[in-house]
Parts: sequence; structure tokens; C-alpha cells
Amino acid sequence: MAGGATSGSGVKSETYAGTRHWLLAPSWLVLLIVVVGPLCIMLIYSFLTKEFRGGVVWEFNLAAYDKFFFDRGLFGDEAPRIEWTYMTIYGRSILQAAIATVISLLIGFPTAYFIATRPQNTRALWVFLITIPYWVNLLIRTVSMKFLLRDQGPLNAFLMSAGITDQPLTIVNTDIAVQLGLFYSYLPFMVLPIYAAIEQYDHRLSEAAADLYASRWVALRRVILPVVKPGVMAGCILVFVPSLGSFLAPDLLGGARNFMIGSLIEDQFKGQAGDWPFGAAASMILLTMVLIVLIVAARRQARASAEGEG
Amino acid sequence: MSSVKNDVRRYPGFLSITLLCLLVLYAPLVIVGIYSFNASSSITSWDGFSLRWYVDVFTGPESEKFKVAAWNSLSIAIIAASCATVIAFLAAMAIIRSGEYRARRFSLGLVSLPLMVPEIVTAVATLIFFNAIGFSRGHMTIIIAHIAFCIPFAYMPIAARMQGVEDNFEMAALDLYASRFQAFRRILLPLMMPGIISGFLLAFIISMDDFLITNFVKGAGVETLPTAIFGAVKQGIKPNIMAISTMLLGFSIVLVSLSYILSKLDSSK
Repeated sequence: MAGGATSGSGVKSETYAGTRHWLLAPSWLVLLIVVVGPLCIMLIYSFLTKEFRGGVVWEFNLAAYDKFFFDRGLFGDEAPRIEWTYMTIYGRSILQAAIATVISLLIGFPTAYFIATRPQNTRALWVFLITIPYWVNLLIRTVSMKFLLRDQGPLNAFLMSAGITDQPLTIVNTDIAVQLGLFYSYLPFMVLPIYAAIEQYDHRLSEAAADLYASRWVALRRVILPVVKPGVMAGCILVFVPSLGSFLAPDLLGGARNFMIGSLIEDQFKGQAGDWPFGAAASMILLTMVLIVLIVAARRQARASAEGEG
Repeated sequence: MSSVKNDVRRYPGFLSITLLCLLVLYAPLVIVGIYSFNASSSITSWDGFSLRWYVDVFTGPESEKFKVAAWNSLSIAIIAASCATVIAFLAAMAIIRSGEYRARRFSLGLVSLPLMVPEIVTAVATLIFFNAIGFSRGHMTIIIAHIAFCIPFAYMPIAARMQGVEDNFEMAALDLYASRFQAFRRILLPLMMPGIISGFLLAFIISMDDFLITNFVKGAGVETLPTAIFGAVKQGIKPNIMAISTMLLGFSIVLVSLSYILSKLDSSK
């Protein structure tokens, strides 16, 4: 996701320099009006007053952010107290997304490595096999996961017939189900950038390490990993960022007790809560977190490539 | 070359993990596919092979709802993907073939922006936007939102292709007194076709796939397949939903394979 469209940004020629304004106009028009504009309006809404049944009153205040961070209110008579409810939801979402990212990395890295070391002509086929599930509707994949994991489902039937457990394990509506759902949703995002990095990797470096008596695993840790680190970072971001704000996996697999950011926000607009300014504020906080992650990653990437050249 | 046993490229266990990875990716889909042919009315027990749930999707009590939703999904995806492809193509010409200028980096950032903003935030912002300008929600709002977030997906393959197409041919055409438009239509456009097709397919699948943004910006009573399926699944997974899912799954796989084969044919030329 991040920088996906930015890769391959090189200028090829100046053939259309004369008409560039007309060429840019449609994309600017659509993206400024339908993406940038709405984000600005959302920021404004987060400072407005909520109306009784959804919507807003055009009256400036900080109530939404106050509700997010403080119990008893920053502007009340009593001393404010930190409100943990929403921060806990955000903290749990970060933890869930992080665990899903780590699982994806543990499975995704060896897979990417294996594919990248296949003969040239079979690699494309392996990559194709990994990407197909990504193109299947996310909702359908999440529902399939729920179907597989449910108490009377195929996984439990398999575990019981194999004698691993004697009664069905409850997986749906637990944190584990959410992590599996997130992992399942975004695994291809982990494999592809790592694959691209390893494909560029010069395996003579490993041979040199082996000649110097490094074992394979030492070579992996000390030689390969540092070289392909940008790919690993990209993969981690591509899994972590969408996991953080995901809605379907927590909603369908997590149930009511495993609320994540997505469900909290959705509830403000489509569900019971109906507090638009609060939903806008919660979205702003999520967006800020994501932008911080992306900026930090871009900075590190830039520094790493500067060091690499220096 | 060292012997296979000591090949430093090989890591024991990586093959098994790759196979595990594929198993994890495919098992849930395959199992739902199998159970969609279950003769039983319950999803728990297997009563033998039957096509009854496929028949149910087309003729059962909910068939009308699914047909309308499928038509909405399809028409919205075709319109949104077409618009996004045209917009992305023009943007690619401005970004890749118009030299270096100040707004270039900004345009590139703008095109990638929908990829960086979490989907739920885009959904909320779009809903608030339509509400603030008093635009009543319906098909139109879904189409507008889909066009915007499909642009980067259409842009990626188009830009990649444009990078690969040298401008020598166009230059030659211009030297031979072709007009700028003729050079574009007769030279650049045909050379760009594989990129345009995969850009369109990508945007089309992304639009068909979208649940979250559609759910926020759709009007009451307007359903696409994902929102209709989500509504049904909330009441529990039923066999007819598995039949619909399997059909959609097959549809996606056919489309993706088509674009894969197209790209293979092109590169083998």
C-alpha cells in the first residue's frame, strides 16, 4: 500500500509537457474533492457538537477529544481523570495488529525466500498462487475463516478425529480468531515485498559467508536479513497498517468483547452510539497513528539508503 | 556450485512453511467451496452432494435481493473502474511523460493517497462529506467514492507499463508528420493496452470487493453483493451464502487468471 503507486516514479519523456495541466485535471479534481476535501471536513466535524440522533450542530467544541481522553471531563468542576476505555481499545488494536504482523512475518519470510530461490520460470507461478487469495473478496475470505474455525466446524472436527482434543475448542469470538483473520487477510502483502527484495539479493554474499565458516542460519541473520530489511519493513507496514483499522475480521471473528478501532468508529456512524464528532475524532486519531508509522518508516528507509550509498 | 546438501541457498523447513502458507491461504476457501455443494440444510452436517443451494440463489426466496445486489455491484464496478482507468491513464501521462515540474511529486502523492489512508477513515470522511454538502446517498455516492479509491489501483499497472514503453516510436511518428493525437492513438495507446487492461481489471476487482466504504456511503435499501452478504452473515452463515461466495470466488479467480495469462502472452512476444 504505502508507496505502492510511488514505485516507478521516474520521468520517461516530455512528450506531453504541453498538455500536462489538462492531463492532471481529472485526477486532481476527483482526489482533492473526494479524498482530501472529506478528510478536512472530517477534521472540522471532530470539533463540532453532536446532535441528538446522529449528525452535528455547527458549534465549535473539544467534547469529542475530551470524551476520548478524559473521564469526568477536562472542563468540569472536578479534576479530570484519564479515560482508559477508548485508549484500551486502541492499545488492543495495536497489539492485535502487531501479533498478526509477527505471525505473517514468520510464515511469510520463509515462503518469500523459498519462492525467490526457485528456478526463474516457476517463480511467477508461485507468486501467482500466493496472490490469488488476495483477489478473492475480503468479506468472503473472512466468512470462510469463521466457517472453518467455528465450534462445530471443520477444524474442530479434524482436531477431534485426530485425537488432539476431545471437545471442540472455542476459537471464534476470541483474540486468536481476530489475529488469524487479520493474518489471513493480509499475508500476501507480507510475502510480495520480501520476495521482491530477496529476488534482488546476490546469493554470492551467502556463499562468501559460508566460506568464512558462517552456518546457514548465521548467514541468514547477519547477511541476508540486513540486506533485505527494506522489503521486510515494507511487508510489515503493509500488514500492520490495514490490520490496525480493519473492520471485518474483528467484527465477524471477534464478537462483541474483542472490539477494535474499526468497530468503535463504525458504531458511531452506523450503529448504536451515533456520535458523529466522536467518530470523526476517533478516525483522526487513527489516521494520525498511521501517518506517524508511515513517516517513521519512510525516514528510516531514506536514512538506510543514504548510508548504503555513503 | 556446491552440492545440494551444502547449498547455502537452501534452508531446511522453508519448503514445509511455504506449503503451510498455501494450505492456510486456500483451505478456508476450498472448504467453503465444498460445503456449498452440501445437500443438508444445516451447515454442520454433510448429507451428500447437491446443487440445491445454487438453485436456491437463483430461484429461492432471497433470489430477487441477490440479483439486484449483483447487478448493482457489477454496474458500479464497471462504471467506477472505467472512470478510474481513464483518470489514471491521463495522470500517468502527466506524471511520467511530461518532464520534471513542481506539481509532479504532489500529483504522485495525491494518486497514492487513497492507499495510505485506512479504509475506515476514508469511509467516515466520505460519509461526512456527502452529508455536509447535502448530497443524498444512493448509487451515485457509491460510484463517486469507488472512482476515487480505484484510481491508485488502476494507476499502478498503467504507470509500470508506461515506464517500460520507450517514446522512440512516438518520436518517429511525430518526425513522420503524424499529429500529436495520431501518435497517441496509433502508437502509445496500442502499446499501453496490456497496462490499461490490467489496470481496469484491478480497479474492477477492488470495486467489486469493497464492503466498508460502500456500507458507509450507500443509501438505505441500496445493496451491493458484499453489503448484502454481510447483512445475511450477521444472522449466521447459511448454505446459500456459501453458494454465492463460491460463485464470486470463481469469478475472481477467472478474472485474475485472465489478467495473468494476458500479461504472460504479452511478455512472451
